[in-house]
Amino acid sequence: MGIRFILMVNKQGQTRLAQYYEYLTIEQRRALEGEIVRKCLARNEQQCSFVEHRNYKIVYRRYASLFFLVGVDNEENELAILEFIHLLVETMDRHFGNVCELDIMFHLEKAHFMLEEMVMNGCIVETSKSNILGPIQLMDKAS
Amino acid sequence: MNPFSSETRLRDMIRAIRACKTAAEERAVVRKECATIRASVSDNDNDYKHRNLAKLMFIHMLGYPTHFGQMECLKLIAAPGFPDKRIGYLGLMLLLDERQEVLMLVTNSLKQDLNHSNQYIVGLALCALGNISSAEMARDLAPEVERLLLFRDPNIRKKAALCSIRIIKKVPDLAENFVNSAAALLKEKHHGVLLTGVQLCTDLCKVSTEALEYIRKRCTEGLVKVLKDVVNSPYVPEYDVSGIADPFLHIRLLRLLRVLGHGDADASDCMNDILAQVASKTESNKNAGNAILYECVETIMSIEDNSGLRVLAINILGRFLSNRDNNIRYVALNMLMRAITVDSQAVQRHRATILECVKDSDASIRKRALELVYLLVNENNVKILTKDLIDYLEISDQEFKEDLTAKICSIVEKFSPEKIWYIDQMLQVLSEAGNYVKDEVWHALIVVISNASNFHGYTVRLLYRAVQKSVDQEVLVRVAVWCIGEYGDMLVNSVGMLDIEEPITVTESDTVDVIETAIKHHTSDLTTRAMCLIALLKLSCRFPSCSERIQDIIVQNKGSLVLELQQRSIEFNSIIQKHQNIRSALCERMPVLDESAYSVRRAGSLPAAALSSQDSAVALPNGVAKPSATPLVDLLDLSSDDAPVPAPSQGNDFLHDLLGVDLSSGPSQAGTNQTQKSGTDALLDLLSIGTTPAPSSFPALEGLSLGQGTDTSVSALAGLASTSTTMHATQPSPSVGISPMVDLLNGFGPPEQIWEVNDAAYPSIVAFESNNLKMTCNFSKQPGNLQSTLLEANFINKSSDVYTDFIFQAAVPKFLQLHLDPASSNTLPASGDGSITQKLRVTNSQHGKKSLVMRIRIAYKLNNKDVLEQGQISNFPHECGPESTTFFNGDAVFAQMEEKQT
Repeated sequence: MGIRFILMVNKQGQTRLAQYYEYLTIEQRRALEGEIVRKCLARNEQQCSFVEHRNYKIVYRRYASLFFLVGVDNEENELAILEFIHLLVETMDRHFGNVCELDIMFHLEKAHFMLEEMVMNGCIVETSKSNILGPIQLMDKAS
Repeated sequence: MNPFSSETRLRDMIRAIRACKTAAEERAVVRKECATIRASVSDNDNDYKHRNLAKLMFIHMLGYPTHFGQMECLKLIAAPGFPDKRIGYLGLMLLLDERQEVLMLVTNSLKQDLNHSNQYIVGLALCALGNISSAEMARDLAPEVERLLLFRDPNIRKKAALCSIRIIKKVPDLAENFVNSAAALLKEKHHGVLLTGVQLCTDLCKVSTEALEYIRKRCTEGLVKVLKDVVNSPYVPEYDVSGIADPFLHIRLLRLLRVLGHGDADASDCMNDILAQVASKTESNKNAGNAILYECVETIMSIEDNSGLRVLAINILGRFLSNRDNNIRYVALNMLMRAITVDSQAVQRHRATILECVKDSDASIRKRALELVYLLVNENNVKILTKDLIDYLEISDQEFKEDLTAKICSIVEKFSPEKIWYIDQMLQVLSEAGNYVKDEVWHALIVVISNASNFHGYTVRLLYRAVQKSVDQEVLVRVAVWCIGEYGDMLVNSVGMLDIEEPITVTESDTVDVIETAIKHHTSDLTTRAMCLIALLKLSCRFPSCSERIQDIIVQNKGSLVLELQQRSIEFNSIIQKHQNIRSALCERMPVLDESAYSVRRAGSLPAAALSSQDSAVALPNGVAKPSATPLVDLLDLSSDDAPVPAPSQGNDFLHDLLGVDLSSGPSQAGTNQTQKSGTDALLDLLSIGTTPAPSSFPALEGLSLGQGTDTSVSALAGLASTSTTMHATQPSPSVGISPMVDLLNGFGPPEQIWEVNDAAYPSIVAFESNNLKMTCNFSKQPGNLQSTLLEANFINKSSDVYTDFIFQAAVPKFLQLHLDPASSNTLPASGDGSITQKLRVTNSQHGKKSLVMRIRIAYKLNNKDVLEQGQISNFPHECGPESTTFFNGDAVFAQMEEKQT
């Protein structure tokens, strides 16, 4: 299992989406998120996109005011995860049209549905945007 | 409208939460919202289930407990409609986890949904199962998932494949059921199915060697072909990432090939061509291409040797390492770390670049590079690399210094070609980053210094110079203080001058200056100050001309608020003032510390018993040893190696150990339940504090030595603790006045059993007297326990020579039970200049019928000759029991005791 968690955090450090692929208690999550966010947000643009924290490696990327942080284990290909983050953003862009923090907040469940189509149990399931969005659009039409 | 009713939309709740200015406000909003959701749940409010769950997900994300929503999820999952199920499963995955028993309830719903006619619902169930399945669920539902691997819709097959991964990880026994269908997935054309199928095969190979063999044999060629097709595929808009078709699939395929090629020459051979193609043809100007190259290099490094490919891979690494993009450099360092086991020569070639990376401004890159450098060090390059790292230590970031220091110390310790180099490097590290050096590192340094007898003079001079410049480096100061204390004379007399040294003139007073600065410096902590005091004591002996000045400095600490320092200061002052005759013995240079013993202890293989005794020792706030500083104790504890290991609670052995004196060499007295605590108390006695030999002219009101010793100790103590003496002077009852003083001075004595003072007092007696020795006894009884009598024996040396190895033994008839507490010392100073006290408890089982009687034997060494004195005590006071004529053969008992001892 490569991906251990995916976080979306705004630049104030508030969590906007959190998906874990391993079990952590609420307290552990809060602590972990706090530590990671503090570490990543303090870094500047020139520094590399990887931060080692505890036994995780955090791959992060900033899009406007939103940080996408992906925690992976040591075996994972960091560059591929960066590419994955970009794919995730592109997918959300295609659905929401220029995705922003509020889109994710107010459509939290939609963001999760997309993530669910992309990642399962920490592994990437699908990389085609239309395949990912297919079921979601279908549901939107139905409702 | 009430903003917190369940009619509030999710959007409104989020707005309310975002409007909160403080965490407390947010908590209040969440609490109210949770309350309404709970109410709505218990009302079975169907209209708002969906909305409630969406809100709960948000609340959960903020980090609040949402367990009450779990049943709600189950209800939604059980609902017939797709939208309900969808949100229900999402809630299940977010709010639940496999540890919860609620999961048991969901198994049935999952089973139904896996068999549902609507493929989207099947997809939902697969996704949920893949994310949260427990081992039991995996067993129950594996057949359904197996079946779904063959489902007509590829979107179901890909999810079933990932679900299978969860199942085989939870229950590895099930792996064999999946091998065939997994291998079949590798022939698919759909990218999603291929991607997940490859992933499933990789995981199967990890959990089962049979699966690995099977896939290696049957699928390697097929996989190579798939990779070839992907690499050469024409533009596919749906999967294209900056000109490369599906880099994710590339990476997964390369990863599986790595597993298959590892340790198998045939499989490795089979994939050589395609790996060469990927390594040489992939565009490296975009991230996606680099991700593939990165994976490809790793595969080349893992599979069986092919020198051509390796060269290709190493070249890619070299290119990566010199890339301007920090991400690329980071992964290059990461990869070099794995490559080092394969081809360390190739990695060594990049040493200069890697060393540059250690100095990068980016913490992640620095950390990686430092770890890599650590692996690169060998006997040949240790000197250059260490020099570079130490130079960098000077200018590195504060937060990086700790890591860097630890690594440098480790390198220096591991590869040091010679002692002098080790000492040089360590002193440099201490001067630059002394505060980051771990305790065990500088303890080890002291051990090495102690062993390097040729360099004692050199080291102490080097330290003397260094400490002038870097007063703030605590650890440097400590090592310097220790060395100056030990080898201060070499500093002044320029003993053992090496050719490389510049001559230096240091006066005795300069040397004392260093210690004085250290002890007074504001950053010095307790350990440093305590070490300073000991160094001062030693210097007072080495430099008689400075003795008075040293005494002044020591006395200044008499008023220290830290008990430890106060105590040391008073003791040392007393040694300097009154005990010139033993001072030189106390202040001798420490014997060479045992290097191998220290490294063994450091490795933690110290026998548990010895460890525990050491641990309990440091538990006392002892000046030189912090609780965490066990190695220091070991380091300085000399006696425990050659003397019988003292029983626990030997907090004070340090003191004499630190002084390099071994006082506790007496064999412990077997057969008398007695533990040897002589080390501590010997010093006490040496200092003539506490119990002094006073022929008890007192009416022995207290029957305790404290009371007894008062009269004489007052004079000895007058100069030491004026406050308590005045108190004492004004107190009519000696027991009150003396106690603070005893606390003050005896505070480091062994935790004594509190002996209750009896109301009924007995006169003390002279129990035994010979030409050389006098033994007096005080008595008391514990109230309500008439059978037992507490005795305190006091021994006084009447001769003009010191008695060493003093042992008192006693034997009693069978109707008596005897318990001996440890003696206060095993050394008895000459001419009544101190005493040994020992407490005894005698229980008379025939109280009222028979009287106490005791045979005693006292052994000691006089000028190294054994002396033995024996006698019988039958003049116990009448109150202790009626006079009896019973005699017994104490000699027989002694004989038995001796047998036991041998």
